[in-house]
Amino acid sequence: MSTSVTILIPSALRPSVAGLVEVSVEAKTVGEALGVLTSTHQRVKGHLYGEDGRLRSFVNIYLNDRDIRELEREATPLAAGDEIAIVPSMAGG
Amino acid sequence: MAVGVSAISTEATHEPAVWGLVGNTPLVPLVSGSVPGEGRLLLKAEWANPSGSVKDRAAREILRAGLRSGALRGRRLLDASSGNTAVGYALLGAAAGIGVTVCVPSNASPERRGLLAAYGAELVETDPLEGSDGAIRRARELAERWPERYWYADQYSHAANPRAHYLTTGPEIWQATSGAVTHLVAGVGTSGTLIGTGRYLKERRRDIYTIAVEPDGPFHGLEGLKHMETAIVPPVYDAALIDATVHVSTEDAEVRVRELAREEGLYAGWSTGAAVSAARRLLASGARGPRGEEPVVVVIGPDGGQRYLSEVGRLLRDPAH
Repeated sequence: MSTSVTILIPSALRPSVAGLVEVSVEAKTVGEALGVLTSTHQRVKGHLYGEDGRLRSFVNIYLNDRDIRELEREATPLAAGDEIAIVPSMAGG
Repeated sequence: MAVGVSAISTEATHEPAVWGLVGNTPLVPLVSGSVPGEGRLLLKAEWANPSGSVKDRAAREILRAGLRSGALRGRRLLDASSGNTAVGYALLGAAAGIGVTVCVPSNASPERRGLLAAYGAELVETDPLEGSDGAIRRARELAERWPERYWYADQYSHAANPRAHYLTTGPEIWQATSGAVTHLVAGVGTSGTLIGTGRYLKERRRDIYTIAVEPDGPFHGLEGLKHMETAIVPPVYDAALIDATVHVSTEDAEVRVRELAREEGLYAGWSTGAAVSAARRLLASGARGPRGEEPVVVVIGPDGGQRYLSEVGRLLRDPAH
C-alpha cells in the first residue's frame, strides 16, 4: 500500500523543484518516494544520483531524523505522515 | 625553533602562545608520479594549523580586530560557520578568555561538534535544510536581539579575513618558493584565502595566475566551498583578483582525496581534493607560467581528512557507510 509522505527539499535544490520547500508523494519505500520526486522534477535526478544509478556518495537521506543508512537504506518502508529530508553538505567557511 | 620564535612574538603582543602557532604551514611537493604534464605541484598543508584548518588564520585576525576596536569588551564573539571557522574561533577564544558563540547547521560533522564542545564554545544549531545561509540569518537575528551580549564578527564581510592571508599565507608562499610561484589554486567559501593570498602575490609579481575552485553545482559534497553563481556572493569576494574559475565535481574531488591518502600519505579533506583536481587539470592541459616558464602551482589544502572520518565511506564506496 502506498502511503502519503513529505519530502523536505534543501535550499540548494529548491530551484530544481520550482521553488518548493517540500513535496508530497505517494510511495511504499524511501527509494520509491525519491523515484517519484525525480520523475516529477527531472532536474533533481542528476543532483541525487550518479551515472551508475546509485545515490551519490555525499547525499544524506533522513527519514524522520534518522539516516537511512542506519535503516534499510532505499528499501526502508514508509508509514503515513513520514518525513524524508535530503540533507546537503555545507557551503561557506 | 618555530616554537621559540612564536613565543617571542606572542610575548611582544601579549597574545596567548597558541595564537603564535597559527600559520607557517608546510608546503609539500606532490610526488612526480601523480602530477600530469610538466611543472611542480606544491600543496600548502593548512591542516597543520592549531585547530586543524586554514580558518585559524582568519579567526585570529578577526579576533585581533575585535580586541583592538574594543568590540569584544564585555561581549562574546558571534559568527556563522559551516564548521572550520567555528572551531578556530573556539580554540583561539578559549586561550584568550573570549567567549565564543557559533551558529552552525545541525548537520555539521560529529568531529566538528565534538571539537566545539571540547573548547567550550556555545553552539547554536540551525536548520540543515537552510545550509550556511540559514546559519548566517540566525547569527544576524541573535546580534540584533542582544547587541550588548554579542559582537557579530561576520567572516563573510570582515576585511580581517582576507587580510589574514595577505599578511601570512601570501608571504609564506612567496618565501617558500623563492618567488617562483606561477599559479595559486584555492577553493572559495568566504573567498578570504584566495583574495588575500592572491592580492599579496600579485603585488609581488603582477602576472601570477589566481585560480578559484568551486563546486560544479549548488548541491555538492565539498564542505566549505560555495557555488557562487547560485549562492550569496560574500562581500570579501573580489572578482577582479581572480583570473579563472574551475568547477569540480564532488566525485572528482573524492578520487583525489583517495589518491592523496594512498599515494602521498596525505589524508586531506574534500575541498583539498577539489583544489588538487583543478590543479592537475591545469597541468594536464599543458599550462605554462605567465612568461612561458615551467609552472609552479601552489594549491591550498584547507583541512585534513580526519575531520571527516565519519564520512570515510565516501572514499571507500562501502555500502556499510
